[in-house]
Amino acid sequence: MIKEFRLPDLGEGLTESEILSWKVGVGDTVTLNQVIAEVETAKAVVELPSPFAGVIRELHEQPGAVVEVGKPIVSFEVADDAGPAPSGTGGASAGARDAGQDAVEDVGRAAGQATGESSAGTPKREPNLVGYGAVVESTGRPARRPRTFPAAGPADALPAETRPAATTPAEIMPADPMPAETTRDTDKTPAVEHTAAATGQLAGERPRSTPPVRKLAKDLGVDLARVTGTGPQGLITREDVQHFMGSQSADAGSAGGDAADLAGVRAGQGERETRTAIKGVRKFTAAAMVQSAFTAPHATEFLTVDVTPSMELLARLRDSKEFAGVKLTPLTLAAKAVLIALRRNPALNSRWDGENQEIVTFHYVNLGIAAATPRGLTVPNIKDADSLSLVRLAEALSALADTARAGKTAPPDLSGGTISITNIGVFGIDAGTPILNPGEAAILALGAVRKMPWEDRGKVALRQVMTLSLSFDHRLVDGEQGSRFLADVGAILADPGLVLTMV
Amino acid sequence: MSTDETGQGGPAAPNSARHPHGQGRDLVQLVTPTGERISHPEFDYWVRDVTDEQLCSLYEDMTVIRRIDVEATALQRQGELGLWPPLLGQEAAQIGSGRALRTDDFVFSSYRENGVAYCRGVDLTDILRVWRGTASSGWDPYTINMATPQIIIGAQTLHATGYAMGIQNDGADSVAVTYFGDGATSEGDVNEAMVFAASFQVPVVFFCTNNHWAISEPVRLQSHIQLADRAAGFGIPSLRVDGNDVLAVMAATRVALDRARRGGGPTFIEAVSYRMGPHTTADDPTRYRDANELEDWAARDPISRIAALLERKGLLSAELQQDVKDKADAVAREMRTGCTTMPDPEPLDVFKNVYSTPNSWLDRQQDHYARYLATFGDPAGAVSEEGAR
Repeated sequence: MIKEFRLPDLGEGLTESEILSWKVGVGDTVTLNQVIAEVETAKAVVELPSPFAGVIRELHEQPGAVVEVGKPIVSFEVADDAGPAPSGTGGASAGARDAGQDAVEDVGRAAGQATGESSAGTPKREPNLVGYGAVVESTGRPARRPRTFPAAGPADALPAETRPAATTPAEIMPADPMPAETTRDTDKTPAVEHTAAATGQLAGERPRSTPPVRKLAKDLGVDLARVTGTGPQGLITREDVQHFMGSQSADAGSAGGDAADLAGVRAGQGERETRTAIKGVRKFTAAAMVQSAFTAPHATEFLTVDVTPSMELLARLRDSKEFAGVKLTPLTLAAKAVLIALRRNPALNSRWDGENQEIVTFHYVNLGIAAATPRGLTVPNIKDADSLSLVRLAEALSALADTARAGKTAPPDLSGGTISITNIGVFGIDAGTPILNPGEAAILALGAVRKMPWEDRGKVALRQVMTLSLSFDHRLVDGEQGSRFLADVGAILADPGLVLTMV
Repeated sequence: MSTDETGQGGPAAPNSARHPHGQGRDLVQLVTPTGERISHPEFDYWVRDVTDEQLCSLYEDMTVIRRIDVEATALQRQGELGLWPPLLGQEAAQIGSGRALRTDDFVFSSYRENGVAYCRGVDLTDILRVWRGTASSGWDPYTINMATPQIIIGAQTLHATGYAMGIQNDGADSVAVTYFGDGATSEGDVNEAMVFAASFQVPVVFFCTNNHWAISEPVRLQSHIQLADRAAGFGIPSLRVDGNDVLAVMAATRVALDRARRGGGPTFIEAVSYRMGPHTTADDPTRYRDANELEDWAARDPISRIAALLERKGLLSAELQQDVKDKADAVAREMRTGCTTMPDPEPLDVFKNVYSTPNSWLDRQQDHYARYLATFGDPAGAVSEEGAR
């Protein structure tokens, strides 16, 4: 007979292993515990001893293959009375199963799963900690039978006089048109039912209902005191609430308490929640932020600077012939300051290449600018921004913003960024802790320019002040480099003339 | 070799053991790595009764427990066990000490002392239950006077000290013996156990198998002095013995047991050995260990050593070797069969062996759980996992 050997969990909670080599070939005769393969797990390289004595019939996986635990890797032809092999005709319990299934099912037991169906196949397992444990499967659980309260069960243990009136299950749990909520409802109803039955309803007590029904009523804005309960002892059921809602609603059309009515009510009346599918830019942004926030250790620093000299410079430039018709904003100068400061602090313009275990330091700057577009956040970048003059940079910035707002940014402009700026000042915000655009080493948030009392040449004066917030990937950038960079940007904005000392 | 009922009487314990103030003292060794029996002025006495036949028996025991270990490791690789902690290289420490005990002594061990359990007469299937995940403990401790293995590092030393306090109150002359590793000596539990053992002068033997590695932590990082010298801080006499020399281990254990039986209080034994395999089957020692180190220790292999001794004595006949191999294979077969035919527990078995007497709260929980299980689609499957398969 043919016996399959499925890859067991060779460590504690491993989900897959790589076949490094086979020590046997098809047709070879092997003895029990003869080493047949070398396998590498996340923890160790181990030798696999043959679980059977027999002849190799098939090698299901080739060397180099990463195999999920539970997948067959080799088949044996073994004598029918498999001798010491685990699938002997011995115990009734272990009898009909082969070793591979044992292996898989042992894993299930270890995870505390009462898997009632071995035929459900191997559920997808993913490690939650490196090397330890595996997530509990959401599939493969045995289906539970609907409860049949109170025909049997705890209610029978109650004294007769407090027992709920004899009802059929259907009366307690009216067929609910919302399948998704059926389970929850039926799960909870009996428990409350018993409590209520045991205590009885007292005068002045709140209307009798169950927690899911109270939640439903609250969501729909229904006062339960106005609803007549049709359940046992006046219990207000889900249907009662829906019925009440239907009769109250002009939009609902018919008075029937079915799902269509309910949906109509929800849409037509003061909606308390809106559910929007996670997709598109929102989904992408979420994934990017999660990836960034949980792979790059973020450190954020703040610097508040007197940017009055920069604002004065902006005013002069706006009046100059060279900049006629060019949109100049604090962002323009800040971007230029970033580009200048990067030359002195190249670590901020780098990338962590975990795959190759290398740090990539860029000798060019693709400057990303976070842009709020109708579709959501995008971060288009200006290619080789470090080679642009201030005029060209200003033009590129406004072109980039216009294109992004129109939703017409070309995909190449969205990739390949090396550092980013986010201008939260336009929303009147002072500072924040920006999350890195994935793959980049730093992001600078520009705060709003505010007139504030500020020290100026030994006196308090009304100055134009801005806060810079810099987040950087601490794997790539130490506090020293980040601080120096931020100080450089601040110094330029506080005194643009200092650029002469930096380039 | 059967459990030692002798070993009582004899001269007072060796001086060096009573005054453990020296540092860097020599290992007690009775057999060299090449199998030469060397005489020792103090310790020869304690193994004077070991006959050639018993030496052969020790050889058999060590070979058998190595085979048990190999088989269990294979069973883990084949998916039959969740995990296994190999004892490869520590056979002499376990057999030499385990065979020195009396049946009424009580063992509190870590999870690696499967060789000691074998000496206590454990059912081989019982060793595997926990590692197969079908039971929360393998056997009734009182049937073999050995507690089920403790997973928490060093916690068993407290149990041993407590048990020894009980022996003292009973006025018995049995001894509690606790096994732990080098890493455990850094644990609070072990230190507390030694404080209490010294304070009450209870009959307990702290048997520390220094296998040089606490998973990936080398012993030199754990202690700047020899582990045996740690005992001096508690006022506990200690011995430092070649843990790969089964005779030396037996002699040292007998010294400690004798002191305990005579009311002399606790003894700390450091058996210097080496974990030649991984910490468990989930570990890869090549990632943190120098291969040369393993090679050095392989040259001091405990089984090769006793085999060399038998060879020198002309006892290592082909017949003996074949008998021992047959015995080992038979034991391995028995264990494999016991493992693969072990019935899965029923869901409600979790309520068994919790309290020795009926407990209404537990009964209630059991009743609830049974009713919960009954809500699953297949009534047979609810009660019996097997039924659903």
